[in-house]
Amino acid sequence: MNEVVLLGAEAIAQGAIDGGMSGVYAYPGTPSTEITEYIQRNSGARKEGIHSEWSANEKTAMESAIGMSYAGKRAMVCMKHVGLNVAADPFINSAITGAGGGLIVVVADDPSMHSSQNEQDSRFYGDFALLPILEPADQQEAYDMAYNGFSLSEKVGLPVLMRITTRLSHSRSRVLRMKNIAENELKLPDDKKKFILLPSIARERYKLLLNLQDDLTELSENAAYNTLKDGNDRSLGIIACGISHNYLMENYPEGIPHPVLKIGQYPVPVKKIKEITSSCKEILVLEEGYPILEKSLLGLLNNSPVPIRGRLDGSLPRDGELNSDLVRKALGMEVHNGPEIPEIMVNRPPALCKGCGHIDIYHSLIEALTDFGEGRTFADIGCYTLGALPPYNAINTCVDMGASITMAKGAADAGLVPSVAVIGDSTFTHSGMTGLLDAVIENSPITIIISDNETTGMTGGQVSSAVGRIEGICLGIGVEESHLKIVTPLKKNHDENVQVILNELNYHGISVIIARRECIQTASKRKRIEVETKSLSTKS
Amino acid sequence: MGMKKSNIILSGVGGQGILTIAGIIGMATLKEKLYFKQSEVHGMSQRGGAVQSNFRIADTPVASDLVPLGQADLILSVEPLETLRYLPFLNKNGWLVCNSSPFINVPDYPELEKILNTIAEWPNHLIIDADKIAKDLGNRRGSNMVILGAASQYICLDFESLESGISAIFERKGDAVVQQNLLALRAGRDAALK
Repeated sequence: MNEVVLLGAEAIAQGAIDGGMSGVYAYPGTPSTEITEYIQRNSGARKEGIHSEWSANEKTAMESAIGMSYAGKRAMVCMKHVGLNVAADPFINSAITGAGGGLIVVVADDPSMHSSQNEQDSRFYGDFALLPILEPADQQEAYDMAYNGFSLSEKVGLPVLMRITTRLSHSRSRVLRMKNIAENELKLPDDKKKFILLPSIARERYKLLLNLQDDLTELSENAAYNTLKDGNDRSLGIIACGISHNYLMENYPEGIPHPVLKIGQYPVPVKKIKEITSSCKEILVLEEGYPILEKSLLGLLNNSPVPIRGRLDGSLPRDGELNSDLVRKALGMEVHNGPEIPEIMVNRPPALCKGCGHIDIYHSLIEALTDFGEGRTFADIGCYTLGALPPYNAINTCVDMGASITMAKGAADAGLVPSVAVIGDSTFTHSGMTGLLDAVIENSPITIIISDNETTGMTGGQVSSAVGRIEGICLGIGVEESHLKIVTPLKKNHDENVQVILNELNYHGISVIIARRECIQTASKRKRIEVETKSLSTKS
Repeated sequence: MGMKKSNIILSGVGGQGILTIAGIIGMATLKEKLYFKQSEVHGMSQRGGAVQSNFRIADTPVASDLVPLGQADLILSVEPLETLRYLPFLNKNGWLVCNSSPFINVPDYPELEKILNTIAEWPNHLIIDADKIAKDLGNRRGSNMVILGAASQYICLDFESLESGISAIFERKGDAVVQQNLLALRAGRDAALK
């Protein structure tokens, strides 16, 4: 065994590599990006030829992973929580088809919305799909669960959902590695029809899935990740899911006097829950995200034999990430506040980088729109969403990946003409292309600005599927060549760019303006690497 | 209870090199075979926003990835205003070690003198002009190493471990870069001892 230092995200990656994975599929999204990035730069993974290229979106990633699992090999698919909305169709159906080779779906939730538009809890999806869920408490468990998750998946014949949150994904600690497991051989499913979800087959498959549920619960009862530790003080019992167990233990450095049920594998171990609820006067439920377990313990009729405390009764906040201080308060202990933040403190929100091309195109767009009136700019998800903040105040909406084009179309259908969509290159190929087809078919009077920085910028500069393909895609979908414009967003081109935008705003039909300039972060990283490589090569 | 323990909050603005400091402390911690957890910020906030990293070291296993309120032994900040953002986490004997050179990217950035005076109100403080020290060494990007050197006396690790941490982190960039950063680390320590 050897010891390494890894982020939670990297621990999952290493666990999967060591656990015999043949491929990872993913679209970047904080806080999940680092899993795939680690596999991409890992020399062991490269040597074994483990697939790790980015997918166009989470749905294509999920489907590719199902395909690899169909072929008998171990596959992993990674995404952020809202990515699972995009991949929900294949994800839910993958529970009906079942898995061939081990299939792990890693979803990174973002409670407190550090880098997201909601804080949905992916355990809901796992329960919805009737799949087993793994939820690690620390980096070692993250490694172990990825390593062992494939064999769990193969044993039950189902994909396994692995849920982490931002804090674990982006926290580093020591991890012990296990020995490398060889990849599976190519092998077709024994049941040649199980992946054909025709109603007649799906009905049978669904019954099999339902019949498996008791077995899954039984597995959870005996799982190493679900432990019930007794305690002498039974005035309170605590059920702690995933990382919240750390926040509990932080408050008991000398050991905890209360019984504690730690949960890391779902469906929840019902017998163990009965055991702790029947032996304690009161139960405190600690879970990151939504009060899912708490709600099910309470039941619709609130008929729990003992009081259940947690996020619903106000012991803990209903929203936001947990921490050891919030848990401490719920335990009735005093919180040790340090000095207050002085009055002179000001906020320092994230901002577009100085010299960023998004800034220049926003300045031109704002000027071009002056005479048309406000409220016409439908934006999307990426660095350019920061155009919502002062001094730009340049956009009016940001809902989900790709929504800029389709929302602009809907608003134009309603009579808001012209309407403008602002979308990044990577977001365009993720989910903008299909909406563009809708708009082309009706020749909707909208102007689409693809602010193309030739990378997936917000998540740290991953390769964008759009590079070199945008014009071809737009023309192929049916945008007229005379209304497909390419501009360079630079200060010196401002007046010229304003004119291009104005012309297209005045055209009653669909236009696409590609504002193309490489992300300055990606550019400087690329130059730095070039310099380093050059200096190393001159030395040797 | 353990004998060796440091709860550290590293603070600054996205892109100022906090994660490099964290990486070096991490290597040093590993060398001394101590337990640690280090959380950091990725994603949206990295774009010029306030960023922090929590670093917890102990000779017994560390539970929470985050430093609890009032438990930080050290706030090490590469930017003056950012020193104050995490004060509620400082324990009553904790140290503030910070760079005096501001990073001004918001229109309402407070007067620098007021910030430095507020920091100086806390008894255990150390304000270092790390940018100038780094510049004098001909290593403009080394001010994060200067601050780490200045704060080293308040971290439960041997100075030599931090030095070997630098060697490990910068190794692939060549010996010259390693030496430059070692110089910056030592200059920070010496400035703090003056």
